[in-house]
Amino acid sequence: MTAAERTEIERLARRVRGHCLRMTHRGRSGHVGSMLSIAEIMAVLYTRVLRVDPAHPRAPDRDRFILSKGHAGGAVYAVLGELGFFPQEWFQGYYRDGGRLMGHISHHVPGVEFSTGSLGHGLPVAVGMALAARHARRQHRIICLMSDGDCNEGSTWEALLFAAQHKLDNLTVIVDYNRIQALGMSKDVLDLEPFATKLQACHWAVKEVDGHDVAALDAALAVLPFETGKPSWLLARTVKGKGVSWMENTVACHYGSVTDEELARALAEIGAE
Amino acid sequence: MRTLFNKVLLDIAGKDPRIWMILADIGYGEIEPFRDAFPDRWYNCGVAEQNMTGVACGVAMEGNIAITYSIANFPTLRCLEQIRNDVCYHNANVKIVIIGGGLAYGPLGVSHQATEDIAIMRALPNMVVFCPCDFAEAEAGVHAMIAHDGPFYYRCGYKKEPPVHSGKIDFQLGKAIRVREGADATIFFTGTIGNQAAAAAELLERDGIRCRVESLHTVKPIDRAAIVAAARETGGIITVEEHQLAGGLGGAVAEVLCDEGVVPQRFLRLGLPDCYVSRVGTHPWLLDQYGLVAPKLAVRIKEYLRQPVAGASV
Repeated sequence: MTAAERTEIERLARRVRGHCLRMTHRGRSGHVGSMLSIAEIMAVLYTRVLRVDPAHPRAPDRDRFILSKGHAGGAVYAVLGELGFFPQEWFQGYYRDGGRLMGHISHHVPGVEFSTGSLGHGLPVAVGMALAARHARRQHRIICLMSDGDCNEGSTWEALLFAAQHKLDNLTVIVDYNRIQALGMSKDVLDLEPFATKLQACHWAVKEVDGHDVAALDAALAVLPFETGKPSWLLARTVKGKGVSWMENTVACHYGSVTDEELARALAEIGAE
Repeated sequence: MRTLFNKVLLDIAGKDPRIWMILADIGYGEIEPFRDAFPDRWYNCGVAEQNMTGVACGVAMEGNIAITYSIANFPTLRCLEQIRNDVCYHNANVKIVIIGGGLAYGPLGVSHQATEDIAIMRALPNMVVFCPCDFAEAEAGVHAMIAHDGPFYYRCGYKKEPPVHSGKIDFQLGKAIRVREGADATIFFTGTIGNQAAAAAELLERDGIRCRVESLHTVKPIDRAAIVAAARETGGIITVEEHQLAGGLGGAVAEVLCDEGVVPQRFLRLGLPDCYVSRVGTHPWLLDQYGLVAPKLAVRIKEYLRQPVAGASV
């Protein structure tokens, strides 16, 4: 990745954050903290990793991306709007009557592969898509982005055992590991640690990365799978509410958005354009 | 019926490479031929029904037909949210097959008795709800299920259910099949309880009561015309189901009557009461306890038809 490319991707991440702050503020909705923590992941995925085409969102050979943490759908909408999958005017209707952008990610939006919202649904479906792709000898990859909370769900563990059992190396999971869930710190609710070790014991190939370092994310995802014959698991260490000082690492920003007074300050802090 | 189901499915899968079976460690002695014939379209998810349903949805969304299959409530209630959010919301081509609807697995206990499934499945948008009464409907239903593009719930019988229909049937998804002619009342049934309902009608005829009998194998979409015609042309409507009275076949029929503004002369729902069984019981014993065997059905219907006006459910 060149310095110029890096600058561009970081700029895209800032724009994603800006859209998320404005959408959730306008919609008086929550979950902005969960969107802010995946801005760099979104920017890297959609510029450097996923083979997708805004002009042909259902092209058969597209990579499949499933956001399992559907409450952060705003961040996906933001990057899809930036890439031209749909007009950016749609952002105005996020979480508002008659709008197209539901609070939890909706497959009725061009570029969105699958609707989620209840945790623990993304990975099993991604596993099914990976099985079907392998069966059809197709080369596209399946990438599923999950949250800490997703990894509480039994269905996630059912699916990850199955994916390893069947050596689905066309499947990649990225965990937005911000270590905070709806009611508290993940370590106090259901401690996932030693997370990487657990996944390795379950026969996944695991990497860890700073989830806000676009060059590191790019490098980690440049070659998939991490290991032939194993599904790949990228543990992206992130900060919930990243970029807005009073939100960072707080439980409150899971449900929060910004007030009228805070919006300008938040946009300034993230360096929005 | 489950053996027949698997045989017919195997035949179709030989011609249609889109068909996959996604299992949750159930089906011993029945599913092996599919596994052996199509090992690359057959997956056992282990005892993990949520993953089974999610995987099936993912497989189906790639242009395939994915069949989930297990006994009683396992592929429905355990993974209901996956059926709703993943399968039905995305209108994915997933077929949910249960073996042993109703009280078929009686002595195994309440966990293995599927007695609320029709109500729950028919509440889901995009879902077809199908309950074959005998082998003829079961076989036709497998073909209809595969031909239908979208979620489909197939409530399969468990053993060698006797025939309800004689000869070849005129099968269409969503269309009732006439089993018997009569005008004193219409008995609608769904599923394998049909042989008890049909036998009850035969007993009633010996007493001079002639009932129209119709199989509503498709509870959703239901045959509205058949229900309206029954209300208009016969002396009342009686529904018989091996299912809770709440939200089942009787409820579905009542909804149609209310929607259409058609008031039958009488309306009686026969099914399972609002409780769970506390004793061990084989399938026939349990049906007898609940008054769902032919002689008891005949007595209940006969007594009911003696009453001059429409009454409440019992």
